[in-house]
Amino acid sequence: MKYSALSLLRAGLGGHKDWPRAWRDPEPKSHYDVILIGGGGHGLTTAFYLAAAHGVKNVAVLERSWIGGGNTGRNTTIVRSNYRLPQLHALMELSLKRWEGMSDEINYNVMFSQRGALFLGHSDSDMLQLAQKGDAMRADGIDAELMTRDQVARLIPLLDVSAGARYPVQGGLIQRRGGTARHDAVAWGYARAADRLGVDIIQNCEVTGMDITSGRITGVQTTRGAIGADRVGIAVAGNSGRVAAMADLKLPIESHLLQAFVSEPVKPMIDTVIMTQSLHCYISQSDKGEIVLGGDPDAYPTYSQRGAPHIIEKAAAEALALVPALSRLRMLRSWAGTTDMSFDGSPFIDATPVEGLYFNGGWCYGGFKATPGSGWLFAHLLARGESHPVAAPFRLDRFETGHTMDEPGVGPMPQNR
Amino acid sequence: MMLIPCPHCGPRAHAEFTFDRPVEAITRPDDTADALVRNLFSRDNPRGHSRELWRHTYGCRAWIALTRDTATHAITDVQAWGAKA
Ligand SMILES: Cc1cc2nc3c(=O)[nH]c(=O)nc-3n(C[C@H](O)[C@H](O)[C@H](O)COP(=O)(O)OP(=O)(O)OC[C@H]3O[C@@H](n4cnc5c(N)ncnc54)[C@H](O)[C@@H]3O)c2cc1C
Ligand SMILES: [Zn+2]
Repeated sequence: MKYSALSLLRAGLGGHKDWPRAWRDPEPKSHYDVILIGGGGHGLTTAFYLAAAHGVKNVAVLERSWIGGGNTGRNTTIVRSNYRLPQLHALMELSLKRWEGMSDEINYNVMFSQRGALFLGHSDSDMLQLAQKGDAMRADGIDAELMTRDQVARLIPLLDVSAGARYPVQGGLIQRRGGTARHDAVAWGYARAADRLGVDIIQNCEVTGMDITSGRITGVQTTRGAIGADRVGIAVAGNSGRVAAMADLKLPIESHLLQAFVSEPVKPMIDTVIMTQSLHCYISQSDKGEIVLGGDPDAYPTYSQRGAPHIIEKAAAEALALVPALSRLRMLRSWAGTTDMSFDGSPFIDATPVEGLYFNGGWCYGGFKATPGSGWLFAHLLARGESHPVAAPFRLDRFETGHTMDEPGVGPMPQNR
Repeated sequence: MMLIPCPHCGPRAHAEFTFDRPVEAITRPDDTADALVRNLFSRDNPRGHSRELWRHTYGCRAWIALTRDTATHAITDVQAWGAKA
């Protein structure tokens, strides 16, 4: 069924009782051309583009719980391409362009809202860095505008720009094409679109082992039996190390934890995504009206998906100092996700030393924005066996060869980024 | 929130400590280039027991080694670390 105003009207007249299920619930086949491990945004977009762009339709996505229940459904949904390094610009801008056409492409409203992504500057050096970043972006063909303090104050009237503010605002850098999206809709929309092209979305199916004979993968072991495959793609975010270990691989990744939290829903009060150059606090308002807040990562290896309260306290204190009007809000929920922290902050989209086994991961705490681009590039690699030029720098062996892409320049310890 | 038993100060709040690296990632000045790359840039990244170097940064500032479960956060062993340990 194609979703449209007409289908909505028709279903509405029937009391919304007759919506067909959005994707099938198939039994696993004995063999697929391509298996994707992990039903997050990256696995699902990869499956969709394998079918839609490369005609590879005998594909399964194996998800150990429910699709989108990992970081895809836990993130603060900020989408932007305001980086500094040309390799990351190419990757994130390819992705942002796909966001701009996404709802039409998959016939599913992902509520992508280009409300602008603003970085605040709090000092002369912040402003210098923002100006440099804006120049680097424009040089790579990406929109960026440096803003004065007065322009920022007009854009976000509730921001404390007074002289006595705890974090004085000197100005900012805005990417107007940045914004937010509905994260669940991205998982559901791509699952439905992939399913319609013949992809099997198989939930409650955990991969527990890999079948490898003379250096080549032939399939995977799962909680629902053995499944054969010509090629296998890993896209499991925080579980990258555990899944790679099934093929005896060690990765340049540590699994850490990032928290986020939301307030009770209120009337529209902030219509831009607020981030800052000096603090690690970001603020936006969801379409439901909740204020969505995030802060520092917890900064040590953990799979617990359970963060420490002092991290929330710090992020809340920063948010209150920036937007004092938030002080009256009650917080509803906080949660955490296991992030796949790479050692230069940049991701991997690459073949592994095991023939037929490919890896996508290391997105740290910033891979939601990359979801459609990552899928586009990973599908290219899986279908053709060679990297798309945009994905080519994101190699697994780049630490051995010295081709790291360390944007903040903080070195190999993930807790420092 | 973890309660970390510093061998010098006793149990203290997690917020006083900073994680440095798993013990497998410790490098030495006389390491070969291969060993450096391996130690710095590849990880077991276990779900379960992990032996790690932490620092009581906002306390006695000493380095300590923890054996910690990365899924439950249970700390099963802690030791002083370094030349004078
Ligand atoms: C709190 C928080 C806030 C964030 N905010 C942002 C943001 O504002 N903007 C941004 O761009 N990024 C953000 N991120 C990062 C972003 O969420 C992730 O980089 C991205 O969603 C990763 O997508 P994925 O598909 O790779 O992983 P996931 O969505 O985590 O999908 C991986 C899936 O693999 C499954 N899996 C694991 N092991 C197995 C197995 N053995 N067998 C089968 N399935 C398995 C998991 O169940 C999971 O569903 C944030 C992350 C967190 C935690
Ligand atoms: Zn101490």
